[in-house]
Amino acid sequence: MNKTIEELHAMLQNEEITSEELVKEALEKSHYVQKYCNAFVTIMDDAKGGKVTDSLLSGIPFGIKDNYATKGILTTGSSNTLKNYVPVFSATAILNLEKHGAIPVNKTTMDEFGMGGTGTTGHTGNVYNPWDLKRMCAGSSAGSAAAVAAGVYPFALGSDTGDSIRKPAAFTGIVGYKPTYGMISRYGLFPFASSLDHCGCLTRSVKDAAIVVDAMKGIDAKDETTWDSKDIHLYESLDGNVSNKKLFYIKEIANIDNYKEASEELREHLKNFHAKLDLLRKKGVTIDEVSFDEKLLNAIPSVYICLSCAEATSNMSNLTGIIFGERGAGDNYHDMIKDYRTHGFSSLIKRRFVIGSYILQKENQEKYFVNAQRIRRLIVDKMKELFQTYDGLILPVSVGGAPYIDGSRDYITNSETKVLEEHLQIGNFGGFPSITIPSGFINGLPVGLNITGNCYDDANVLNMAYALEEEMPYKNQIAKIKEDENERV
Amino acid sequence: MNEYKAVIGLEMHCELKSNAKVFSGAKNAYDVVPNVNVSPVDLGLPGVLPTVNKECVKKALMMSLVLNCTQPEELYFDRKNYYYPDLPKGYQITQMHAPVGINGKIKIDMGDYVKEVLIHDIHLEEDSASLEHYSDASLINYNRAGVPLLELVTEPCFSSAMEAVKFLEYMTLVYKYCDVSDADTKKGQIRCDVNVSIMGKDDKVLGTKVEIKNVNSFANVYEAINYEIKRQSELKMANRYDEVLQETRRFDEESGTTKRMRSKVDAIDYKYFVEPNIPKYKISKEYLQSIKEKIPLLPLERKEKYVGELGLSVKDANIIIKNKDYANYFEECINLGIDAKVAANWLIVQILGFLNKMDISIQDFYLKPELLKQIISSLEEGKISSKQAKEIFNKSISEEKEPKNYITNDNEQISDRDKLLGVITNILENNKEQIKNYFLGKTNLFDYFVGQVMKETKGKANPSLVKVLLNEELLKYKEK
Repeated sequence: MNKTIEELHAMLQNEEITSEELVKEALEKSHYVQKYCNAFVTIMDDAKGGKVTDSLLSGIPFGIKDNYATKGILTTGSSNTLKNYVPVFSATAILNLEKHGAIPVNKTTMDEFGMGGTGTTGHTGNVYNPWDLKRMCAGSSAGSAAAVAAGVYPFALGSDTGDSIRKPAAFTGIVGYKPTYGMISRYGLFPFASSLDHCGCLTRSVKDAAIVVDAMKGIDAKDETTWDSKDIHLYESLDGNVSNKKLFYIKEIANIDNYKEASEELREHLKNFHAKLDLLRKKGVTIDEVSFDEKLLNAIPSVYICLSCAEATSNMSNLTGIIFGERGAGDNYHDMIKDYRTHGFSSLIKRRFVIGSYILQKENQEKYFVNAQRIRRLIVDKMKELFQTYDGLILPVSVGGAPYIDGSRDYITNSETKVLEEHLQIGNFGGFPSITIPSGFINGLPVGLNITGNCYDDANVLNMAYALEEEMPYKNQIAKIKEDENERV
Repeated sequence: MNEYKAVIGLEMHCELKSNAKVFSGAKNAYDVVPNVNVSPVDLGLPGVLPTVNKECVKKALMMSLVLNCTQPEELYFDRKNYYYPDLPKGYQITQMHAPVGINGKIKIDMGDYVKEVLIHDIHLEEDSASLEHYSDASLINYNRAGVPLLELVTEPCFSSAMEAVKFLEYMTLVYKYCDVSDADTKKGQIRCDVNVSIMGKDDKVLGTKVEIKNVNSFANVYEAINYEIKRQSELKMANRYDEVLQETRRFDEESGTTKRMRSKVDAIDYKYFVEPNIPKYKISKEYLQSIKEKIPLLPLERKEKYVGELGLSVKDANIIIKNKDYANYFEECINLGIDAKVAANWLIVQILGFLNKMDISIQDFYLKPELLKQIISSLEEGKISSKQAKEIFNKSISEEKEPKNYITNDNEQISDRDKLLGVITNILENNKEQIKNYFLGKTNLFDYFVGQVMKETKGKANPSLVKVLLNEELLKYKEK
């Protein structure tokens, strides 16, 4: 299972291995990883191997984040509100993968409804990073990241509203890719913030990400924000030729001079990042340092909180326990709903609902919600302007490796590095294609960098990531879990 | 009480006719069995997304055009957020920022005068589920959840309950004419909110507005408005106008009064924002034009045509326009060359009489205009009597056979002058005594002679010709 999709496909076709064997191995590995990382809500022990066809994904096992509706299979969104919820339909992205013959083997743990970045807020408990069990994977696609990094299968599905695919990918040393908004149907994806939500995948190589998204994508009559991408062939477009491509990085984020209190880790991380830029330059890529309005950059986290909480408040108003979920106690519908929501949601989510409601209140809408939308627009416009000149934006992800789970509460509070932590949200503001790839290790922990390009330019973005990946030794790397359980918190 | 004038505004909700619901693929149909026309989208299951039913948009835009509204350049929707068991998603998809129509107007026939009613806006939204309350439980029926609803909001421009009801009745008719809705109040397809305030005859400032929610029949609208005007006027006269609060009330059918629901202070903040799952759609001028071309002639326009061009009485025209199918039947008759008054007369007297008696719709009526024409033509050509015409009308319907089958030579009227003369002279020859009495003043014997002729000809003699010939022949006897 430490192979790429292409390799597995060849082995299946040559009958060196059967799909049944792959599925069995993935299930065994799932139980193993579950023991150390707590990465799954459901392991589908009755999963069977499938037919091998010409499709690269046929017969290959994969994982599904637990916010994709799967018909007949428990789908919880890692929330107590839906701890026994079994959908009556499957998400379009899942159906598309199943059409290609891929075999789902587990449902992965996440931050409750995707609202969190630590992998510690799901109703089944913390997800642990397979590289270091005391550390988080980040989130919200924590279980998918842990499972792919630990080699359970070559790919798992994630969703990304702020950085929920791309940050866990960095912290677990794998590839995380969310394509252009609307390329993959969101029908069946439990919504967090509809205008920011993206489907995507976590893999161990850029090529695998291309193969998976090629299968997931496509216009869908059930999601009116999808668009026709039949002329985009991500896998076939990967040729590694990036000469004459132009990238930029944002000075205010990636230049060490901005950080007066820079930690040794951050220094190392940025140094490593710039070293990787040189690898691209050697392949003929021009990379410029571009200054970006600091006011706009500093507004990113607040804009994200305003918009995502507001939409989330409304999106999750269907969770009342009246039609689905377990009925709350009470003499009237009001008390029933209140009881269900009070006991069902974690405090983190409830805090976000309060923020969202406050922002949407008539007297506050203009000040918070509408202004946040305006700043979103300004940031996106600026990015689109830069994309006229550049093929993409390249930036380091986070301040370094995965933080300790213990310290998770205080994490992301240092104001100096706040933008460095949150800049991936730009990709959600604009619906831009965005991919994180592993770029090295700091203190034994994987770190990543991210390339984000203009809408519909997915093939170009992936190709640049592919070219850089080729120059680094991290492709298809697998975390080896240190089995001393005491390491786990 | 006469020193005050009432200011009334209406919100009229109308369920649209369509194959599917407005944001899901479930069937949009009234069904007596609960929870059969339901899709995951209607239940707001996690992960569902709305898809806009273009047919509904088209119908909404048609009504926007009918109401002479301004249409937005881009079509999009908003979420209205609130918790209620009949609202599966916890929000209703509606239009707040850019309704399909704003600032419209339409002429309404108020009987003695025509009033131009001002339209604030008309918007497309989804209906909620319906609730049935029992003593120990409430049941939810999701058949209605997601049914397309058009909400029409007027300016406060009505001054009486009568005007408000005339408007509602006329709009119901317009919805039916445009085929956008069955507009059946019995099925709850039309529901109204009414707001009422009063002010002094010379006041410039509007009084305190009271809203009455969910009034489900026009009779109740009428009663509710009058009750409110009375209630508010009495308080004002008693110098207690400060007791008229800006609030939401409901109409209590049993007592015929309105009852307080909630005050303005308790008004819900619906936290409207743009529905992010539906992209904005451009509404092109060409698209609007194509819809405009499908708008049929409206009832008031037809009435003006029937009276002005076709010479019908206002009373007859009113009867015909009351139902689009009557009007269409009538117009088909005209197109077939039937005289307007004759067609109107047949339609109103014979056909509507029959439909009422049988309780069927004109669409299920066998005798289509071209068949009716067979009867009318034969009558005009003098081939049949009006009595026979009615008989043929009834026979044709009951046996569902074309009228021409009954207009045989055997049935035909005898209009042959010589043939009738033979019969008449024969009868007169045998009734010398009666002729004598006739000339002595017993003039009603004329009818006796007619009767004899009819008897002899088995009722087939052309009566008017018989009368002419009889007069001529009798004169001959007088001369003798």
